[in-house]
Amino acid sequence: MTKELAQLVAGHPLLAGLPGDAVATVAGCARNMAFSPGALLLAEGDPADTLYLVRRGRVAIEVHSPGRGQIVIETVGPGAVVGWSWLVPPYRWHFDARAIDPVGAIAVDGACLRQKAEADPALGYALMKRVAAILLERLQMTRVRVLDLYGDDGAR
Amino acid sequence: MPADQGVAVPTGLRRGKDRGTRALTPVPYRVVSRRRETDDVTTLSLAPVAGVAMAFRPGQFNMLTAFGVGEAAISISSAPSSSGPLEHTVRDVGTVTHSLCAARVGDLVGVRGPFGTDWGLAEVDDQVDTLHTLGGTTHAHLRGDVVVVAGGIGLAPLRGAVYELLARRSHDGGGVVVCVGARDPSQIVFRDDLEEWTRAGAEVSVTVDVSAPGWTGHVGLVTSVLGDAHFDPSRTTALVCGPEIMMRFTARALTDRGMDPGRIRVSLERNMQCGVAWCGHCQLGPFLLCRDGPVLPYAGIVAHLLTEPER
Repeated sequence: MTKELAQLVAGHPLLAGLPGDAVATVAGCARNMAFSPGALLLAEGDPADTLYLVRRGRVAIEVHSPGRGQIVIETVGPGAVVGWSWLVPPYRWHFDARAIDPVGAIAVDGACLRQKAEADPALGYALMKRVAAILLERLQMTRVRVLDLYGDDGAR
Repeated sequence: MPADQGVAVPTGLRRGKDRGTRALTPVPYRVVSRRRETDDVTTLSLAPVAGVAMAFRPGQFNMLTAFGVGEAAISISSAPSSSGPLEHTVRDVGTVTHSLCAARVGDLVGVRGPFGTDWGLAEVDDQVDTLHTLGGTTHAHLRGDVVVVAGGIGLAPLRGAVYELLARRSHDGGGVVVCVGARDPSQIVFRDDLEEWTRAGAEVSVTVDVSAPGWTGHVGLVTSVLGDAHFDPSRTTALVCGPEIMMRFTARALTDRGMDPGRIRVSLERNMQCGVAWCGHCQLGPFLLCRDGPVLPYAGIVAHLLTEPER
């Protein structure tokens, strides 16, 4: 693990403010990655083994529909987190995630992170609180989108 | 409490004028051009049959008459400084708006107004950091940023405000951030304007709730692009217009970033009919929105009204 990688990990919003030893623990599971536009970060059905901390570029969360092709469900940008299914069994991706722009991301090995969180409950709890906050925000945004605000009922 | 008693006029926002019975008579305007924005949204350009076009402030609305059909409250979507015709952007959602959207060049439309409060741009521009001198060096004042957040056709009453802000700020600073949300790419209105604002220096972000083939832009709630926008919450004013749930979530996202709720302005709409605060159809809590609104500060009672069910 390089000092530079630890700094990148510490600088991501998901981990900002964590104690140095906790950041070092997470960084021990991490590597720096780059994706060209169109490249897949993760693919539906594949084993879910990575948490991506997006540093630059945009990523589209997609699903394939027969006859319609790829449907973009959501796009996220720098500072976002991509990939949650490494957290819970059966550890399989439910969607695709594709780079829209040149994407730089820190890839954290999911199994490694789970193992370290089990061994250090304080770290595990700190991480879970942060993950839960992002998941809640995503859930709330999804719920609002389900309302179809700009449809006829929301017309102004 | 009766609507016109004991209600403080919102700070900084000028109440609509009480102009008596003359304001109840539609003035004939002619459709000089029309532009299809989306499959159900049309912008009508109107010129008075006689005399000069009315003066107005961004954020105000007119009552447009489709003769023989009825009247509807429609926001003015052009800029006051524009030398062109008066523009109104109409969504086809009912009998009157359907008739207005179907109006052809040369047709007559009745216009009453302008009514209501405006976005208060003069006050926004006055919100500058105090000029100060330190160690013999005078520091230039910083004009505050303005964040414009629009959902769907809610961009219509904000369009003129964005043009005014960009014109005023071209030389003396202050960022203009425009965040636009739409249901899907086909529902994005004023596409040419969005490009023009970007060229003029505004930070423009567009997001859709539902993607479509060929769309490479952002997909997600408008608050998600707001989170990435560059502005200083401590010296920012926000102008927000769209569905009320969207405005509520937007206001929360802005205050979560540290904005003062008193510097968030929202545009509210109810059943506007008379336009002069006589009929009471547009009452919302203590406000008659045709006079006290449509633009109101989010802080205080408005935040409460946007959360509580109406009785």
